Amino acid sequence: MSENKNDLILFDHNHDGIDRRGFLKCMAWAGTGALCVLQGGVLKSFALSDSARIKKAGRGDLTFVQISDSHMGFNKPANPDVVATLQAAIDKMNALPVSPEFILHTGDISHLSTPEQFDTVQQMLQSARTKEVFFVPGEHDVLDDDGRSYRERFAKNSNGAGWYSFDKKGVHFIALVNVMNLKAGGLGALGSEQLEWLEDDTKNLSKSTPIVVFAHIPLWNIYPEWGWATEDSAQALSYLKHFGSVTVLNGHIHQVMQKVEGNVTFHTATSTAFPQPQPGTAPSPGPMKVPAERLRQLLGLTDVNFVRKNHSLALIDSTLA
Amino acid sequence: MKTRIFFALALLIALSIVPGSAAGGEHAATAATITIDNFRFPPQSLTVKVGTKITWTNHDDIPHAVMSENGEFHSKALDTDDSFSFTPTNRATYSYFCLLHPKMTAKLVVE
Repeated sequence: MSENKNDLILFDHNHDGIDRRGFLKCMAWAGTGALCVLQGGVLKSFALSDSARIKKAGRGDLTFVQISDSHMGFNKPANPDVVATLQAAIDKMNALPVSPEFILHTGDISHLSTPEQFDTVQQMLQSARTKEVFFVPGEHDVLDDDGRSYRERFAKNSNGAGWYSFDKKGVHFIALVNVMNLKAGGLGALGSEQLEWLEDDTKNLSKSTPIVVFAHIPLWNIYPEWGWATEDSAQALSYLKHFGSVTVLNGHIHQVMQKVEGNVTFHTATSTAFPQPQPGTAPSPGPMKVPAERLRQLLGLTDVNFVRKNHSLALIDSTLA
Repeated sequence: MKTRIFFALALLIALSIVPGSAAGGEHAATAATITIDNFRFPPQSLTVKVGTKITWTNHDDIPHAVMSENGEFHSKALDTDDSFSFTPTNRATYSYFCLLHPKMTAKLVVE
């Protein structure tokens, strides 16, 4: 377990009563295999190897996995074999002690929206024990055809550019699209039609319904200079402020970052393809080359456990190493 | 004899002022290149004459897509080493950006 200071959250400005030392220590482990359990506003952390304690605290009513940014078709030095690393992520999923009920893919499934790239990912996912997969598009998935081929393959019964919602064991999942019609100099954007749909979709839910929102570009301000934020996410989150538990799962930035703000837990996942630099540590957010033996330590997936009676969602980030 | 010399001289002078001579270089370039690198479109503002063929080439190891704000020109997604060209036919100022990374912006001034 490394205590690398660079793993600490840099942009959390909230004074929300969360045990700060525990929270930061948990952040230092994220990405190397740690279980962070949020219970009653207190984050507890467990080493992933501590299976007995995890079984007691982490076993939930609902388990699913988040994977992200597979970028099928990418073949540059940062990772010349994204097929192998996606397969490693699927193998890791298949080896989990509790089989996830479904998978959430938070976008950039493909690198260039080509039929071959989409085909490859769909075929590879057939080797997962978990068959049900829900997707949201990344900006790499909606190139040149306004997302038409993405929607045909991955979001057949969706609304507008591809947003939809569904329920699993009393948890309400909301898939949002924030990669369409991006404006010059802008950030991710949801748009008024989608926001109206979101308000309508959630207005009759009881406030004790746990909510999970997933979208590609982060719905919180991580680093606007690099486009790591969404213009109108504040409005979206305002529709969810009366719910007791809201979890927001995003991708796009190819590294784990997590923030808790009141009743909302934000989490971004690693990519299964290539890492990107931490905010402001490089001239641009492009693919980051690392020594070959380090690559799989920076790629991974997230296992999510929902424990109903404790109103907690446990997010376990693990690497491919 | 004098007339012949006169005509020869006149012809010589006429030939030397025919435009498009190989010695060339007096008229402006008809092509310009923008090399996309490190999430930038250098130069931040490029000025060209009407009729100049502008070619964007992507040297980043991530795709970019060039689009003018009002849609006058719009490339497909450009992978590494892909190019896109646009030849403006009017005098105008275009603000353009990358559709994949909208924080990447630049300006094209056509005179």
